[in-house]
Amino acid sequence: MGTSFTVLDLLDLELEKHNDLELTCVTGRKGLLRAIKVPDLNRPGLALAGFFHTFGNDRIQIFGRGESAYLEKLEAERNFETVRELFERKIPCCVFTHGILPSGEYLELADASECPILVTDLSTVDFVMRLTRALGDVFADRQTIHGTLVEVFGVGVLIRGDSGVGKSEAALELVERGHRLVADDAVLIRRVAGNLIIGAGTNEELGHHMEIRGLGIINVTHLFGVGAIRQKKQIQLICQLETWDPDKAYDRIGADEMTQDILDVAVPYLEIPVKPGRNIPIIIETAAMNERLKQMGYYSAKEFSNSVMKWLDSESARNAYLEQRDGNV
Amino acid sequence: MTEREVTVLNRAGIHARPAALIVQTAGSFKAHIEFRKESETINAKSIMGIITLGAGYKTVLTIAANGEDEAEAVEALAALFENKFAED
Repeated sequence: MGTSFTVLDLLDLELEKHNDLELTCVTGRKGLLRAIKVPDLNRPGLALAGFFHTFGNDRIQIFGRGESAYLEKLEAERNFETVRELFERKIPCCVFTHGILPSGEYLELADASECPILVTDLSTVDFVMRLTRALGDVFADRQTIHGTLVEVFGVGVLIRGDSGVGKSEAALELVERGHRLVADDAVLIRRVAGNLIIGAGTNEELGHHMEIRGLGIINVTHLFGVGAIRQKKQIQLICQLETWDPDKAYDRIGADEMTQDILDVAVPYLEIPVKPGRNIPIIIETAAMNERLKQMGYYSAKEFSNSVMKWLDSESARNAYLEQRDGNV
Repeated sequence: MTEREVTVLNRAGIHARPAALIVQTAGSFKAHIEFRKESETINAKSIMGIITLGAGYKTVLTIAANGEDEAEAVEALAALFENKFAED
């Protein structure tokens, strides 16, 4: 999206109740196609007072109670110089919070310079919080990855691997076992709030379908019910399915943690060799539970390794002592 | 059947990491390979078997291999012990 997000898109954002921006446009409709290029916001108090140094021209300008009161003061003084300068800066739009409407003259100036003026009934703090969240989503880094995303015991597991290795079949069995499908084949991944990797289907309208060799395309929601699907889920584990390679050494202990970067975020990563007789869905289920244990601070492989070391240590110490004693005699 | 006696020379003994090295090496041969410690006998291609053997520092084990590449297998495994599993 990036550069093509306009003020009109902001007004059209479909957000759930607690995220709704409650915006209406009062004037400056001609400027509704102005692009919002950055997710940052600006309080224009200093600019209204005449200080435009380092002013954020390309930011949405938020007028809270303070700015509105200052506008009233300027209006009483018939001083619109800084307001004119503000509009000349081609700011994307102004938002007035607390439902405060600016005076007629200010609105006329805005309309003349085609700057959209939006009003919300929300308080400034609430509005800024919601807008930051909404714009964070809009401007999030994104990438589409070939794979299948399933929620297993609450863990978002991205199943990757070459075409035909059995990603969809593994996901199908997981769904059958009561887990949830997020997306099959193409997963749209966004990075939000710094280091959260959220995966979803590439097309919400098309819903949750899967292609299973021999069956064709199936509708997971209709077959398994709404409990079997999810719109989006944080990716917490990557399972790479690979055809078993007899010459390759696979991890036998799991004490070393492997990760794979998605949008510069390191995600725990497992390579799972596939061959007849290996029940991949059950391995993925176990991997998901093991991942939860790790997040809770219990690391099976390391704990096991440590207890082996401790156990061996007593015997090794005794042998070392005996050796030293015999050497001294 | 090829047999050889080896001694665990690394200070920490055969814990998880050396055990992984052993099964990885043993797994690359066709021969059936066993480790013997006193009366215990385990399959050298089973990681849990090797760890639960509890072979600490200075433990003496017997490697026994049976199959077409038994000599090479014993040689390769004995080399791991001599190199202290690249530890210490």
